[in-house]
Parts: sequence; structure tokens; C-alpha cells
Amino acid sequence: MIEVKNITKTYGNGDMAFQALKGVSFTIEDGEFVAIMGPSGSGKSTMMHILGCLDTPTSGTYKLDNKDVSKMDDEELAEIRKDKIGFVFQSFNLLPRTTVLRNVMLPLMYAGVPEDERAARAKEALLSAGMVETHFMHKSNELSGGQIQRVAIARALVNDPSLILADEPTGNLDTKTGEIVLGTFQKLNKDFGSTIVLITHEPDIAEHAQRIIVLRDGVIVSDTKNHKQKMAAIHKEAQTS
Amino acid sequence: MTFKDTLEETYAALSANRVRSSLTILGIVIGISSVIALVSVGQGASASISSSVAALGSNLLEVMPGATRNIGAGVSAGRGTAKTLTQGDADAILSSVSNVQAVSDEVSGSYQIVANANNTRVTVDGVNETYPSIRNVQIDQGSFITDQQSVSLNKVAVLGPTVVTDLFGTDTTQPDGLPTGVVGQTIRINNIDFTIVGITVAKGGSGFGSQDNMIYIPVQTAERFLAGNDYLSTIDVQANSSSAMTQVQNDITTLLLTRHNITDPTLADFSVLNQADILASASSIGTTLTYLLGAIAGISLLVGGIGIMNMMLTTVTERTREIGLRKAIGARRGDISTQFLVEAVALTVIGGIIGIVLGVSISLAVSWSGLITTSISWEAIVLAFGVSAAIGIAFGWYPARRAASLNPIEALRFE
Repeated sequence: MIEVKNITKTYGNGDMAFQALKGVSFTIEDGEFVAIMGPSGSGKSTMMHILGCLDTPTSGTYKLDNKDVSKMDDEELAEIRKDKIGFVFQSFNLLPRTTVLRNVMLPLMYAGVPEDERAARAKEALLSAGMVETHFMHKSNELSGGQIQRVAIARALVNDPSLILADEPTGNLDTKTGEIVLGTFQKLNKDFGSTIVLITHEPDIAEHAQRIIVLRDGVIVSDTKNHKQKMAAIHKEAQTS
Repeated sequence: MTFKDTLEETYAALSANRVRSSLTILGIVIGISSVIALVSVGQGASASISSSVAALGSNLLEVMPGATRNIGAGVSAGRGTAKTLTQGDADAILSSVSNVQAVSDEVSGSYQIVANANNTRVTVDGVNETYPSIRNVQIDQGSFITDQQSVSLNKVAVLGPTVVTDLFGTDTTQPDGLPTGVVGQTIRINNIDFTIVGITVAKGGSGFGSQDNMIYIPVQTAERFLAGNDYLSTIDVQANSSSAMTQVQNDITTLLLTRHNITDPTLADFSVLNQADILASASSIGTTLTYLLGAIAGISLLVGGIGIMNMMLTTVTERTREIGLRKAIGARRGDISTQFLVEAVALTVIGGIIGIVLGVSISLAVSWSGLITTSISWEAIVLAFGVSAAIGIAFGWYPARRAASLNPIEALRFE
């Protein structure tokens, strides 16, 4: 469970100070599929960094599974990332010249999982993410864009994290491949109850989520769950941006 | 992350850029191998210097006359030019200084030698019967000069092997390369006929003072027919043991000061050279030589180390996004810095091993070619390897720290 209370984030100081988040609060329950939407400069990337424990807020609290991570130092954050968060980025998700299997095994290596368990768990995660076994030993640079993202999803879920955080996961893909990748997220959410937070600026992508949080200029302008409201929010967002 | 994981990651990273890794390793290989090869050449050279000094004779002291000085003008003609040492001095040393094994008088000069239609200019040394035992001279053919020949003023000569080959040519069928039948022939020294009675065994060594390019004649013959006076150019004194050298040296100084009526030791008209001192200074030359060569090689090792740092820094920059990704999926600072440090150390260790093999091969090849007998020391190998490992850690530490301290957000955004 994610509890964000009154979070602010300020970059720089003095006259140069820029407030990217101006007091954001929300709660995400386990098993939710949430899209955080907003145009560039809305603070959604900052939100993602804080949710992903890559950064800490200037003020406010962020509790992940009832643990306050908002005041942690680099080393403690690394531990949290290792155990509780799986990332899917827009690009540069996989280590170059490295096999699919080895890429997925990487988080297990850092988590100290015994070597003989790693391959089995990685294979399981790859199958869940819709990869076929024949691709497991391919090098990452031999894959298509959609395959890369599915390997990235497999890597994100291999550690059984509390939260899978995807930052514009379809940004580099064509619409059709994007649909497949989003379908993978939906399937994981439905079949395994994974908590997924998707950061995007595209309304079409956000539509796939159960709940949409729209950020603008560092504050939440809407937080909708119900399908009708959700569509209205997306529609409004599409018009204004 | 286990050590095996780290090694696998290191292998993957280094083999991803084989050419660059090999060139970096080459820098270390050159550094390490040159340290080992040059230090072994230096140590071989200093061992050869020491052994040639030791070949001059053991427990040897040389008493030499001082310099002639024009009173008033103060112009010195150089050490050894004064005529101050006499036969009486030599006899007094033998009779009144304790722990003296043997004394040999020497009267030397350089003369033109003619024989067999050839001529050469060599040092002609007037010596006693005791000379061979003091100076480690051995006889190859014939016999050495006897004191009886000296007393009788016999005109006989013992030739060094170089003189023999210069005057009589070589005979490759003989094991020593010297022609037979030389003993018994006549040579002219300073237009005086001398009969050859013996040939010495080659001692090696070259250049100034080669003991193979000499002619020995009886000392009194030399005084009478060549020098034309009774003064000695050197008195060789052999002490009983190396521990008695200092005592013998001091006693000779005291004795000769008294005999020459000199009260102020700084005005002594002679000097006593201790062979141990010569050996010490020769070996210090060798040590200096080894240090010099080692320092030159050390510079190339340092350059190799900087090459490693350069490669690692480039790698950190190139792999910034990879580092960001690794951090995002749970790598701690320690994991990242260990990985980069192990990469740097792996480069130096691989380079070190190849360098040791190459360095040892080079010094063996130098020995085999006969230029100089090198001596490979374990210290040089251990030192070179230790230095290379230290270089790996020292020059890898900074890039590793830089990689570990990268902010994952900025690292991921890095283009």
C-alpha cells in the first residue's frame, strides 16, 4: 500500500528555487492499476522518482507498506528499490550485449538470491510477461521494441515487488505494439494482483488503467476511478493540453 | 552479489570491449615486463662488476705512491707519479706488519713490444714470485717468474693471452685458442730481447687494466733495464683474512709515515687502497645502476596505470545509463564500486601475469644471447606484481567511486 501525504519537492534554492510538487496526497491500495497523467512540467516525473524511491521529497511523508521511506538515505533507498519496486523505463531498459535471461536475473543477483534459484524465477517471470522460451538466450540487442519492454516487465516483476512503476513504457513503440505491452500490464494486474503505477502523458495509454490521477503544475487536478468520470477527466485533459 | 557474480560481470564488461581492454592490458604488460627485465639486467651487471673486482685478488691492499708536486706552484702530476716507494718499504711491510700473508713489488710501465713482425703497446709489469697468488693469476703454458730470475736480472717474460694473440695470432684448434710453441720465443720490449717463459690463463674483463693484456717480467729486471731506477710503482699486500684488512691498512700507513719521516698524515706521499673499498664502491655503482633502470621501468608502469584509470573513467562515462539502471533495480553503492574496482584490478592482474612471463623471457633471452648474464630476482617479480595490483586499486578507486556516487535519476537521463 502506498500512502503519499502532502508531498512537496523543491529543486535548487533561493531565487533559483523551483517547486515541482506543491503538496500532493493520495493512497494507492494493493492490486490497483493507476495511471499518473499530466503534461510535461506537471511534476509527474518527480512524482515517479519519489514513488520509485530514487529521490526523497522535500517535505511530506511517503509510506510504502507502512514504512516511511521519505527520510531515507541513498543506501536505505537502494534496499527498498531492491525489495519492493520494479521499474520499466521508456528506453535503455536492458543491459546491452546481455542475454534476456541474464537481464531478468540481474535484480535477483543484487537481492542475493542463491544462484540456482535465479534462472527458474527469471523464466517464470518471462513467461508471465508473455515472452516465449525460444527468446530467452537472445541478446538484448537482437530484440524488437515490444519484446524489450516485455523483458523489462519480466525483470520488474521477478522480485515480486510491492509496486511496478512504469515510466512512459510505450513511448518508443508504435500503437499496436504499445497495446500489446499495455495488455501485458493489465494481465499481470488481473491475474497476479500486481500493483501497477503507469506514468504517461498520453490519454489513450491512461485509459487502460482503473484509476487516473492527473497532475498539473505540481498539484492533483483530478483523481478518478469510475469509468465515466475517468473518461471525462481524460477528455478534459486532452482538450486542455 | 557473490564474488562469482562480480567476476562474471567483470568478464562480460571487459570482453564487451576487447580492443580497448587489450590495449590497456598492454600498457601494464610493458610496464611490468620492463621492470623485471631491466632490474635483472641491472643486477646481472652489478654481479659481473663485483666478480671482476673480486678477480683482481682477495684480501688485497695496494700501496701506491702519492703525487709529485712542484713546490710553490702546487701543480700535481697525479696519484702514482711520485717516486717514493722503495724495495725497503716492501720488505719492511712484510717483516714488521702482522697478519700479512704476502707482499709483491710492482714496477710498471707501458712499452712498445715487437715480435714475429708484429708490434703492440702494453703494460709491462715487473713483479715477484708471489704475484700470481696475490692477484689470482694462473699459468696456462710454461711457468711464472721466479725470485731467482729477478735476483739474476734474467730477461724473461710471461705474456697475457691477449698479447699472445696480438703478436702471434690465434690457433682455433687449441682449446684456449692460443698458438703452441710461443714459450721459448723472443720478444723485444723497448728494444731489449726477452725470452717468453710462460702464458697466463685468460681472466676476462676488458678495457683499462685488462689483466690479459699484460706482460710480466722480474721486478729487478724491470728496475734495471726499463725504469732505470729503484722505485716501485705499487706494493701489493695480501692480508691473512678479510677481517684483518683494516688493521693491516692502518699499520702500513703508520709504518710508511715513520719510514718517510712524515708527521702529518694528510701530507702522506703514498696511499693505501683497500680492495674491499673498491668492491664496495663497485657494488654501489651496480646498485645505483639497478635503481636507475628500475626507475625508468617504473615510469612506464606508472604510465600503464594511468592508462587503466583513463579506460575506467571513459567506461564510467560510457556506462552511465547502465549504472543508473543497475542502481534503479537495486544495486547498492558498494555493488557498483566493487564491480568497477574489480574490473580495474582484473586488467592489472592479467597484465601483470603476462608482464611477468614476458619480462622473465626477455631476461632469459638476454642471458642466452650472451650480452650479459642477467639475474632474475624474486623481489623484482613480487615488487612489480604488487605495484601493478596497487596501481589497479589506486587508479581504479577513483573511477569506481565516481560510478558508485552517480545519482540514479541523472544517470538514467544521461545521453
